[in-house]
Amino acid sequence: MKILVCMKQVPQKDAPLKLNEAGTWIREDVSYEVNEPDAFALEEALRQKEKHTGEVVVVTAGPARALQVLREALAKGADRAIHLEDDAFVGLDAYNTARAIAAAIKDEKFDLIFTGLQSDDYGYAQTGVILAQILGWPHATIIMQIEKTASGIRVKRELEAGFFQFVDMPLPAVLTIQSGINKLRYATLIGIKQAKNKPLRKVTMAEVQSAMGGNLQKIEKLYVPQKSKNTEFLEGPPAEVAKKLVEKLKNELRVI
Amino acid sequence: MDTILVVVEQREGKLNRVSWETIAAGQAIAAQTGWTLEAAVVGSGVAAIAGEVAAKKLAKVYDIESAKLEPYTPDAFAHVLKEFLAKHPAKLVLMPHTYQVRDFVPKLATALETTAISDVIGARHEGGKLLFTRQMFQGKFVADVSFAGAGPCFVTFQNGSFRADKVEAGAAAAPIETVNVDVPDGVVRNQPQEVFKEAKQAVDLTQAELIVSVGRGIKEQKNIELAKQLADALGAELAASRPICDNGWLPMDRQIGSSGQTVAPKLYLALGISGAIQHIVGMKGSRSIVAINKDSEAPIFEIADYAVVGNLFDIVPPLIEEVKKAKS
Repeated sequence: MKILVCMKQVPQKDAPLKLNEAGTWIREDVSYEVNEPDAFALEEALRQKEKHTGEVVVVTAGPARALQVLREALAKGADRAIHLEDDAFVGLDAYNTARAIAAAIKDEKFDLIFTGLQSDDYGYAQTGVILAQILGWPHATIIMQIEKTASGIRVKRELEAGFFQFVDMPLPAVLTIQSGINKLRYATLIGIKQAKNKPLRKVTMAEVQSAMGGNLQKIEKLYVPQKSKNTEFLEGPPAEVAKKLVEKLKNELRVI
Repeated sequence: MDTILVVVEQREGKLNRVSWETIAAGQAIAAQTGWTLEAAVVGSGVAAIAGEVAAKKLAKVYDIESAKLEPYTPDAFAHVLKEFLAKHPAKLVLMPHTYQVRDFVPKLATALETTAISDVIGARHEGGKLLFTRQMFQGKFVADVSFAGAGPCFVTFQNGSFRADKVEAGAAAAPIETVNVDVPDGVVRNQPQEVFKEAKQAVDLTQAELIVSVGRGIKEQKNIELAKQLADALGAELAASRPICDNGWLPMDRQIGSSGQTVAPKLYLALGISGAIQHIVGMKGSRSIVAINKDSEAPIFEIADYAVVGNLFDIVPPLIEEVKKAKS
């Protein structure tokens, strides 16, 4: 099976984020990491390849820094990488991101495309489904299991409140992968060495621009949410904080 | 006059209650813009739901029917709503941000060459422009987002963003129009099987009065024991955010959030939980929330009554002792 994995670089989970001066985006001088569900998508692609043979290709759209995500993926076992490299890819809406990726892979023939179910920055949860529609492929979202069948694949979709559903679908198809579908592997030293010699194709904005349009949604303003609650911060050394908190639990909240 | 269409959600012939919140959102936007508010239910044999919805203050309710809409597939839903919207243009199409909506709305919006603003928590009409508020960066920031293009603009609302009990009833029942849409063979490509539950839920956290919940900040599996000791001292149930259950450190049936259980206990004590949106939707209805986290900017503090910024491994051990003392 030939599988494409769409991956994104996002700010590290506990990185302190600051707003830019215009209040439209964050300041870019933070630490980045791979979007967590995308890491599970990559792992699943590697496992499918190990089971059925084939090829795993990883793609990202982002500035030069985003190359790190591709390098790590190659070190873990992906065969080659595609980097849509331009600072402007950061500001695209999900429709344009999907159109750019579709244009970059137009000469390829994949059986499956995986994305993480959503990104930790925008949180659209849309790019994979949009990509499926652009390509004219079927899709399924929030996937927890994938099995090859005679006619295509059988996937396990996660529904809300602990429910699941199996769905049979033909190939090619797009799947958005849920975190926790598998256990992530670490890159080996040999893998890291080999990654340096694996093929990496760079795609410029100019090469895909004709497939794109203006953004259909615009962030007018990004800001710190207004607190809806009057939060009381308890301060002091641990033993003192513990005392204060128990006093609140007992006398204010009356749960002790 | 422009039209706002609310598409309510039904599953197996039952209205998903979160749809009332979406109607409340639609009514609020209609009041600000003066636009016409209509609703639609999409399914097979769902006239009863159209009747239930028509009792609310709406200009019209559509019962959009096709035998191919049951069971749910994204292909059939996107096809039917695309056909419907071609004949009944709307400026805004509102839906709840459920897993089902997430599954087909991006496809539908793309088929119409438009966009969906997803997981929205507020809306306002300002200076002739509609602004939709949505959380970003896992809730650390919020953004006001505007829409460009000819529309329709799809907007999906996060659970709990509008109050279902604020939905206005209509003076008289809204007229209902049945619209039958043909889904040609070959449109639906996925074959869904029966919906099922993995295993009997062993723990019903929805009934728990006190919950101690652990997140990534607990660091290692062996540290779960510390949280358990606190839960035992308080007489609370132990719960967790998704990553903890994904790791197998606690069973899946102790997961709180959009993919787990939704709870509203007297006390929700969050240990090392940053408060990603997917977790918050499962516990924000708690009567009181106490959060202990080392990151002072963690979104969980936005909704906490009492907050402790610090290392949980320093604070929890004396806390257990204090709880035991207070109880003896």
